[in-house]
Amino acid sequence: MMAERNASMAISARGLCRCFGTRAAVHDVNLELRRGEVLGFLGPNGAGKTTIMRMLTGNLTPSSGTVEICGIDLLGKPREAKACIGYLPEIPPLYRELTVNEYLRFAARLHRVHSAKIHSALAKVTQRCGLSSTGDRLIGSLSKGYQQRVGIAQAIIHDPEVIILDEPTAGLDPNQIREIRTLIRDLAAERSVILSTHILSEVDNVCDRVQIVHEGRTVLDEYMERLKQKGTNLEESFAHFTKNHATS
Amino acid sequence: MIFVVAHKELKILFGSPLAWVILALAQLVLTWVFLAHLDTFLEIQPQLIRIANPPGITESIVAPSFALAAIVLLMTTPLLTARLIAEERRNHTLSFLISAPISITDIVLGKFLGLMIFLSVVIALAAALSLSLLAGGTLDFGLLLSNIIGLLLIAACFASLGLYISCLSAQPAVAGAGTLGILLGLWVMDNVAGEEDGITRSFSLLAHYENFNRGIIDTFGLAYFALFILIFLILSIRRLDGEGLYD
Repeated sequence: MMAERNASMAISARGLCRCFGTRAAVHDVNLELRRGEVLGFLGPNGAGKTTIMRMLTGNLTPSSGTVEICGIDLLGKPREAKACIGYLPEIPPLYRELTVNEYLRFAARLHRVHSAKIHSALAKVTQRCGLSSTGDRLIGSLSKGYQQRVGIAQAIIHDPEVIILDEPTAGLDPNQIREIRTLIRDLAAERSVILSTHILSEVDNVCDRVQIVHEGRTVLDEYMERLKQKGTNLEESFAHFTKNHATS
Repeated sequence: MIFVVAHKELKILFGSPLAWVILALAQLVLTWVFLAHLDTFLEIQPQLIRIANPPGITESIVAPSFALAAIVLLMTTPLLTARLIAEERRNHTLSFLISAPISITDIVLGKFLGLMIFLSVVIALAAALSLSLLAGGTLDFGLLLSNIIGLLLIAACFASLGLYISCLSAQPAVAGAGTLGILLGLWVMDNVAGEEDGITRSFSLLAHYENFNRGIIDTFGLAYFALFILIFLILSIRRLDGEGLYD
């Protein structure tokens, strides 16, 4: 029964803790992502969002707690679990010396996309992220917006079950933000997404559920619909939950 | 997966001027010394003929060139190993490799293999230089082969050590300087040890290479090189495996 329930979860993380030296950056955080759900992950700077995301993607070992990706234990079977994830870190991990196509082909091979399917996967993802005309350019010569798109493209090229995006719209102009938001909404139609951001309207726009962390703890975990039913504004609750704790 | 990583390494390496500059400079130095030895040999050849068992061209030209090639590699490998992991860390691409469904062993071995393929090109060029002597004489292929094997092994030692030092740092320059320092230390150790057999001599990389240089492939040397490479590769894997723990 338990296993069945977990298998229907895209991500199930329980009791995540992480200490850096004596400082606890993340303290007993639970995070659940159902399949096909978009979770908005909010919190002030330094709240532990990035730390949590790095633990979910296997980049950081939790001090305690468990992470299951699509029912597979991340610490026990890292390779199988990581195959289900597409991850865009805060700073897109790009090789400036490679062209966009070379880089994406490498990303596909690294994620074990079958060599016969790489060509179609590449065509699909460049079309989706609006990179068709920049395929032969060096990543280092692209603008920030295009680099961000390449970052998203590498996260989705292997068609993962779960997509984790850490501030995908940071530093982009309004048009680019709108394009990327549309892209995320497209992705959300078929996949589960965790979206970390500082822009509250973005969460309002694309997310089904919101989780706010503050000082390494979860302070709010609620469906957007229910928030709207209660008539609470996201901005107010964000200010309420993150200020309150800062003064207490 | 090892080959995928190695392929990427080579692509980035040859995409930068560094690889070409190193190849050109190494070849320039080697050719210079090679020609100097060839010149000396031609000068003393008339006297050599009078000796009962004169040294051949392989012994008097190829072997000294290969001895120098080891020093050239000692100086250049740190430049190449420095960026292996440290630069991935600095450019935030290490998380890209770690998030991918591949093991740390694949990453480390892929990077090592990529670098070894590049170093093999340097060694192949040195070997081609020696083969050019066939135009005017015959070569002792046994001695040449032993030199090539020795050079490959010592290059692998430099590469594995450099790879490990690169795992420890987020600054390519620091990793490069550290590796160069250690390698120079090992070289000095060899000079201090002198000719007599001692414990320092048993631990010196270049002293073991000297045997290969003279055409002696001994199991002690082979075992020493293999252990050296293995230890630093395992240390690199362990260091990167713990990446998420210490960060």
